[in-house]
Amino acid sequence: MSAPILSVADLRVWFGHPPDRVDAVRGVDLGVQRGESFGLVGESGSGKSTVLRAIAGLAPDWSGRVAVAGETLSGARRSPAFHRRVQMVFQDPYASLHPRHTVDRVLAETLTLQGMDDIDRRIVRLLDDVGLGRGFRFRYPHQLSGGQRQRVAIARALAGEPELLLLDEPTSALDVSVQAEILNLLTDLRADRGLTYLMVSHDLAVIGHLCQRLAVMQAGEIVDRLEVADLRAGRAQNAYTRHLIAASQYQRA
Amino acid sequence: MSALLSVRDLRVTFPSRQGVFEAVRGVSFDLGRERLGVVGESGSGKSMTGRAILGLVRPPGRVTAQALTLGGQDILNLPERERRKIRGRRIAMVMQDPKFSLNPVMRVGDQIVEAYRLHSGAGRAAARLKALEMLEAVRIRDPERVYQSYPHEVSGGMGQRIMIAMMLAAGPEILIADEPTSALDVSVRAEVLRIMDDLVRDRGMGLIFISHDLNLVAQFCDRVLIMYAGRIVETLAARDLHAARHPYTQGLLNSLPRLDAPVERLPVLERAEEWREGPLVDASMTEALPGGLR
Repeated sequence: MSAPILSVADLRVWFGHPPDRVDAVRGVDLGVQRGESFGLVGESGSGKSTVLRAIAGLAPDWSGRVAVAGETLSGARRSPAFHRRVQMVFQDPYASLHPRHTVDRVLAETLTLQGMDDIDRRIVRLLDDVGLGRGFRFRYPHQLSGGQRQRVAIARALAGEPELLLLDEPTSALDVSVQAEILNLLTDLRADRGLTYLMVSHDLAVIGHLCQRLAVMQAGEIVDRLEVADLRAGRAQNAYTRHLIAASQYQRA
Repeated sequence: MSALLSVRDLRVTFPSRQGVFEAVRGVSFDLGRERLGVVGESGSGKSMTGRAILGLVRPPGRVTAQALTLGGQDILNLPERERRKIRGRRIAMVMQDPKFSLNPVMRVGDQIVEAYRLHSGAGRAAARLKALEMLEAVRIRDPERVYQSYPHEVSGGMGQRIMIAMMLAAGPEILIADEPTSALDVSVRAEVLRIMDDLVRDRGMGLIFISHDLNLVAQFCDRVLIMYAGRIVETLAARDLHAARHPYTQGLLNSLPRLDAPVERLPVLERAEEWREGPLVDASMTEALPGGLR
């Protein structure tokens, strides 16, 4: 097997200081192969989003070893090469776009920061790639629907032509019909650009749709790892995983 | 036996710069002692329907209807004073997120007591006992402790149970639950639903369950109304939801990823203009109450 694009060993993340210290992630090991789509599932508070945030440099207090494409990370600072290679898409498209910046400005700023040339042409292409078209270029976020905003957020993440996308519940704030469109977009982009995804979701069906492998988190630890094929076939062994699968189907008593 | 709540041609309009915007465009249904699901996407008017029934649409929004009756009594044209007597006492509402519905600087128990005394006029001591009894009814293990706690000290699932306890203390005939479990984790969600289910059954209440989650509604409710662009486009028994006939309902169901039926690409909903005005699929909704009126 080739070297993984992302490897995480004994990742621990905490917030605050004793006696109020909260250990959000307690020793997580992960390896994501280039080109695959890996899912992290768990309930709120399980630490799944915190894993992504620590990788992205958004959680200052962490320990362990995290390497992306051979580059070992430390602290909360990330190199320009990291920002080019790894981008994140957040859960809430209403909160992750600047309300007073147009789509054009959001993308132009990102492209400039990534040191890209030919910005005008790239903006048009990015908008085409995420299925928005140039008519959306000079709109403000409040003139866009939730799905359109998430497309802008994805376009922004793609601006630096990354290799790895960290997806934090990218569709959970959207209607099911819009969720289907965004999931299809993510499928197409991964095929076209050879992207690698690390995706967090509480929705097993969404993870099952987009990913090949997944890990189940509970209370800051990975309690189960399985292939999506096993998940589909009902071959999950772990008690907590089975509990999650059962709970996602409400049964009347 | 007549319906608990009867709604005919309900409309909610808001003035806008482009003219009058109709958020709800002629919704009619009857509610018996049943669990009625209202499903639709954001902007379909499902929450606005619930708010209009309670009289919670703020000006400049306007609510009109041919009829809006509770137990045969007109409630649309009541003065605000009279309306307040119904709200909470006879029709209660549980909102999506307990974080925003509970007063953050007041003990949970005192909030339930306040609501209960307002509706029942009971004394302090009796209201306190009632609050503890309600907390127990929503299966809170240590009601004394929760009674003394502040909202930030309880979890989301606990907060939602407290909201349900508060709403049910006054013994309403109808509970409107607007996405009551969307902010909750799946395992907590199942328990909150079960509590609501038992309470509705034991007390013979009517429940309007507003949700965007088709599978949840199919499993939890007796009957489902599907809303699109402010209108009901289809109504059917919840157990038949997967045999829905309206292309919109079918489209919504198909766009859900499924563990048991993997696909490369999900079917995307192609919206048709005629859905906005087309006829209702299954017009039996206002006469028959399948699963209701037990």
